[in-house]
Parts: sequence; structure tokens; C-alpha cells
Amino acid sequence: MTMDKLSAFEYAPAPESRSVVDIAPSYGLFIDGEFTDAADGRVFKTVSPSTEEVLSEVARAGAEDIDRAVGAARRAFATWSALPGSERAKYLFRIARIIQERSREFAVLETLDNGKPIRETRDADLPLVAAHFFYYAGWADKLGHAGYGPDPRPLGVAGQVIPWNFPLLMLAWKIAPALATGNTVVLKPAETTPLSALFFADVCRRAGLPKGVVNIVPGYGDAGAALVAHPDVNKVAFTGSTAVGKAIAREVAGTDKKLTLELGGKGANIVFDDAPLDQAVEGIVGGIFFNQGQVCCAGSRLLVQESVHDELLDALKRRLSTLRLGDPLDKNTDIGAINSAEQLARITALAETGEAEGAERWTAPCALPSAGYWFAPTLFTHVTQAHTIAREEIFGPVLSVLTFRTPDEAVAKANNSQYGLSAGIWTEKGSRILAVAGKLRAGVVWANTFNKFDPASPFGGYKESGFGREGGRHGLEAYLDV
Amino acid sequence: MSEPTRLSVFKTYKLYVGGRFPRSESGRVYEVTRATSAAGAAAKGKSRSKGEGGGEWLANAPLSSRKDARDAVVAARKAFGGWSGATAYNRGQVLYRVAEMLQGRREQFVREVADAEGLSRSGAGAVVDAAIDRWVWYAGWTDKIGQIAGGANPVAGPYLNLSTPEPTGVVTVLAPQESSFLGLVSVIAPAIATGNTVVAVASERAPLPALSLGEVLATSDVPGGVVNILSGRTAEIAAPLAAHQDVNAIDLTGAAAQLAAELEVAAADNLKRVLRPRAEDWTADPGTDRLTAFLETKTVWHPTGSLGASGSAY
Repeated sequence: MTMDKLSAFEYAPAPESRSVVDIAPSYGLFIDGEFTDAADGRVFKTVSPSTEEVLSEVARAGAEDIDRAVGAARRAFATWSALPGSERAKYLFRIARIIQERSREFAVLETLDNGKPIRETRDADLPLVAAHFFYYAGWADKLGHAGYGPDPRPLGVAGQVIPWNFPLLMLAWKIAPALATGNTVVLKPAETTPLSALFFADVCRRAGLPKGVVNIVPGYGDAGAALVAHPDVNKVAFTGSTAVGKAIAREVAGTDKKLTLELGGKGANIVFDDAPLDQAVEGIVGGIFFNQGQVCCAGSRLLVQESVHDELLDALKRRLSTLRLGDPLDKNTDIGAINSAEQLARITALAETGEAEGAERWTAPCALPSAGYWFAPTLFTHVTQAHTIAREEIFGPVLSVLTFRTPDEAVAKANNSQYGLSAGIWTEKGSRILAVAGKLRAGVVWANTFNKFDPASPFGGYKESGFGREGGRHGLEAYLDV
Repeated sequence: MSEPTRLSVFKTYKLYVGGRFPRSESGRVYEVTRATSAAGAAAKGKSRSKGEGGGEWLANAPLSSRKDARDAVVAARKAFGGWSGATAYNRGQVLYRVAEMLQGRREQFVREVADAEGLSRSGAGAVVDAAIDRWVWYAGWTDKIGQIAGGANPVAGPYLNLSTPEPTGVVTVLAPQESSFLGLVSVIAPAIATGNTVVAVASERAPLPALSLGEVLATSDVPGGVVNILSGRTAEIAAPLAAHQDVNAIDLTGAAAQLAAELEVAAADNLKRVLRPRAEDWTADPGTDRLTAFLETKTVWHPTGSLGASGSAY
């Protein structure tokens, strides 16, 4: 193809307007219904990963602030838990509605702070956030029907620590079931993506949520550790890395704190020779390049039946060459920015390890912007199970391709991992789907689809991907004294 | 000269691992004595020599080593595929068979439980009956828990979305220290009912009913390795099991608070599912807590699509 023809098909910029969101130059901690400075006055900057522009300066919670937030949540607990479920439900319905109303504002904000494409925040994150609050709102006055006894009780104060990859959605996954069941919360957003949680604090105020029921304490790992270790916290919920999850499990050992962990993954996406390959290609792309691969349930290991390996890889590379990487606010962008310089360095190092260990690297041909943190879609072929890039979670847009000959081999390879969060199966044969799905040791199995989420669908891992489920009736258990 | 009284045959109590009855590989044993509250009553009968605990000696039990614990995990892992893959109906019949076998050996267990726990014959009888009934209770649960704990989820899209409970894998069970038989059955039965395999550490002071239960399981169609029973020092055996990378879960019921906390820390290394010790009344309705404690939820999605003009399903 000549340059002329290529440029004829280029997309004109189609940026979403930034004016829909008004980011203040500074934000405080949200404790007991008020924004306040950190006790020691510390702050940190949050930057837009696609431009490295400083978006705002945010108060940084320390141990003293955590103590204050837990105290506020404790004081609020008696009243909140004593409310009739139908009244708690109405607060949550209000929150869901306000989020729906302000969803474009939140989508732009999330894209600015996180770096993910507006298409994803607008079409996936925000609709799911609203749906999650709407779903759990409905449970608040029906808990006696949930299979946990006639009158299941809340636990008390929930300490929740969430990651940066789906900042507002992870907040929703944590706060909605906690509030529906009558708990109060102290939530620590990730240090690189604090803004949507702070905007959510404003939603709580608009909804008239009683003070202290939701407290937002942006900060770093020290704040999360203080929250997890706080003696007056009854429940700890964490989404993040397996290493930190293990540290948290050690910290709460011997206490009465209930713990749920949603951790790392190395999902296998298995493509059989009879699969609809065009659809499989779309599923593979969505599986590993959605949110720049910064997804715990990403299909980061592609297991292809040997006989269709070459055909599938050709189609996959063709498709990857059409992905548009760039300004996350552009409505045509497929691949946004990596969330932080630190994460980019981690992805870069693991990709280099892949090359050093002998896997064959292919990178989609695309220009990277000069500012910001970027990593082009990359895949590795000739990967064996012993390779680091087949074992460790990369948490970036890097796909490791392995092959298999028989279904048994596919299952054995898929299960050969410390993780067990997600898996994918592509085949036209129904009995094979069911047989393979039954043998995979993974909490979520997508057959002829991938990366689908719903508030009614329980999500969570086997093995070292954590324990407990979020979503659905199952998600209530994590916040009930059962 | 009167006829000599017949000398009874003592039993050598052995471990139950992988469907076999090995001694501890360490060659060690420890003395098991009658429970102290029964010692007074026992003194009226013929007396045996006093054991190390001061009570009347009952038998020597294997003093399991770390190696015995690891061997038991290997056996339990080997059995997991077959047991978790068996139909729920089949598992139910096997558990019911355990109740049948126990019923037939009721007298033996009444004697052993009376000795182990210092109970009267009628008190021990009630315990054994409750234990038999507990097997029946869990036998009936095997093919029902899936409908209670799983189901179809009404997602907002054209997808079939189904959640199914599945067994966690190899579960280490520290059986309660006081309730040597009913408590033991109450922690083993729910774990295996759902398809897990178990390494059980018997009550340290009163392991004999547990070791005899192994003989019942061996003749109840329970595949070898599904339940493995170790006797010895709970702290010594539990430490390697809590740290074992091929154990998926640990029930700390039989651990005192300090030990339980230490084991929970060790268990975090591979994120074992942990059931902490709690106040228990083994005679109460067991509910479903212990069934669901060692289950994973697997959720499977598939497009439903629509049958368009092309007849394509998606």
C-alpha cells in the first residue's frame, strides 16, 4: 500500500471535550463528610499518564488520618446499620442515578487520570459503575432472601484498598455491596488515580449519604497498610497484586477481620482448531489489549492448537496493525497510555526478559507519542511454559503465545500457573466447551467471548488469584457476618 | 486349677494414608491414655499400667512426622481428580455407606469414644449416633449444594452466565481437640462431600476414634487418599501442612489461638483458604457453613446471540 492510500484512510482527530470536567487544583481527604488536609499536611501530585501533565495535588493520608477515618466510619456504623434496608437501598439508588447523570464527566476524568481510552471509560467503566450500585441497591432490603440466614448482620467498618486500573469501577465493586449490607467504609484509592474516588465523595454528599458512611483516603502503600492493620477495622477487601495480597493475609492472621482478596492472574485464552477464527481474533485482542492489558483477568497467555497457529497469528498481527494508539480522549483510540512510569518500566523489563529468554518478539507498527507513558501492542511467539513471560503477570499489552495439540494438553498448560482468575475457550463444539470449562481451575471462564463483566456475575479467583467473590449474590457474603 | 482367662488381642493403631494403614515413617509412637474424667470410674475396673498423662494407658498411637504429613498431601492430591470428578450422586452414596459401616461398628466406637472423652456408655452412645447421623446429613447434601450455592446469573447482555461451586482441592483439617469423634466427623464430612480431599490431624490427646474411623472409611467405598488421618502432635504436623504449597485450604478448628495465628501466617504463602477456630457446638444443626467454606465459585459465560437470517448463533 502506498503512503497516499494509507493517509486517505487516516482518522481525523475526534477528541472528547475536556470541558465537561472541572478538576480543582487541590483535593483533601474525605473524612466524616468533609474534605480535610492530611494531619501532617503532606500532598502528592496526580498526573495524566498520556501527557505527564499535573492534574491536581491531593492530600496524602497517613496513619493518623486513617485512624480518624476509621473513627468516623465506626461512629456512622451504628446508625447506618440500623437503617431499614429499604432506606439504605434508596441512598444507593440515588448514587447510581447521579453517576448515570454525571457519567460523561466521570468518563473524561477517569481517562485523564488513568490514561485509558475514552471509549472504554464511556462504554465500559461508567455503565458498569452505575449498574453495580443499582444492582446492590436492590439487595439492601432483601438480604434475608440471599441464603445467609433470615437476618444476616453486617461486619462493621470495612477497610478497602483498590488499584489504579479501573479506579471508579473497583470503588463501585467495593462500596456498593458494603453499603447495601449495612457496613461503613474507609476506601483508599491508588496513588496514581485518586481523582474519580474524590469526585465520588461529592456524589455521596449530593445523595445525602450520612457523614462517615463513606470515607475516601488517598495515599500510598503506607496508608493502605495502616488501614489493613487498624484494630477497629472488621473487614478488609483488597484488589491488587498477589505479593501485597499475601502480605495482607499475613497481617490479618490471628485477628477476627474478614478478608477477601482479588489478585493477579495469567489467564489462558485457548483457541481450538475449529474455532471461529475471526471472532477469536477479536476476543484475543479484547482479552489482552483492553485497558492496555492492565487487567487482572487479561487473557495474557494465548494457547493455540498447533494446526491453526500460523493462520491465527497472521490474522492476529493483521488486526493488531490496525489498532490506533494515542490520545486517550480521542474517541477513535483503541490503545491508551500505560498508567505510570513505574508500570511502563515493569512492562518494558518483562518484555526484555522475554527476548532474553529466547521468545520471538513482534510489535505492532505504530508511532508512540513523545510525552506520556506508552507501550505498543506486543506479542511473543515460541514461548514455553518455563519462560518468565508465560508465568509472571505482566499487566501490560503483551501477549505470550504457546501451542498445544490435544485438549488435555491445553487444560494442563492452562492450569500450570500459580494463578487461577480467568480463562477463555474458543471452539464451535459445545461439549468441548463444557468439558474444558469444567477442568479449568479459574474463577471466570469466557467461552467464545472474553472480558465480559456484569454486577450480577460473581468474579474472583482460584489459587493465588485470591479468594472471595465480588458481584452477584455471592458478593454479599464478603460483607456479612456469616 | 481354674481355666486361664483368655488374653484379649490388642490393636495396633496405625495411620490412614492413601487408603493404606502405615505406621509413622519415623517409627515413633506416643502413649494414649483414658480421659481423666473417666479415670476415677476406670479405676474400679481392671487396671492397666499408667501412661505418660497419668491416666490409664489405652494404646500407642503413631507420632506422625513432617514426612508423614507430606506423604498424606501427595495421597490427597492424587485422589483429588477422581473424587472431585465423581458425580455428586456417587459421592452421596459413598458418604451414606460410611454411615452404614459406622452403624455396624457402633459398639466399638462407643467404647473408644467413652475412653477418649471420659463419657458414660450412654453419653458416648449419643455421640456416636450423632456422628452417624452427621454422615447421613452430608450424604444428602452432595447433590444439592450446587443448586444452593450456584445458579444462573441474569446478566445484562446476550449471554448465558452460570456459576457453579467447585471443590477447593486438598484441605488440611485440624480436628477439634475435645470432640475426638463427632467433632472430627463434623469437619471431615463437609469437606469431602463437595469433592475436596482431606488430610486430617486427629485430636492430639484422643486420636484413637479417628484412627479407627480410617478403618471404616477404608471399607466404605471412599477411594484411598480422599481422607488421610494422622495422629501426633498437632503443632508439629500442622506446621508443614500450613506451609505446604500443594495444600489449598486449612481448617484451624483444632488449633489453639496462638498456634492458629502462626499457621494462618504460614498459610498466606500460597493464599490457602483459611477457616479460623471459633466456638463450636458439635451437637447443633451443622448448617451449610462448612460445606461452603471450601468451595470455589466458577462462573462461565457464553454468548446466546440470536438466530438471524443466516442462522448463525452469534
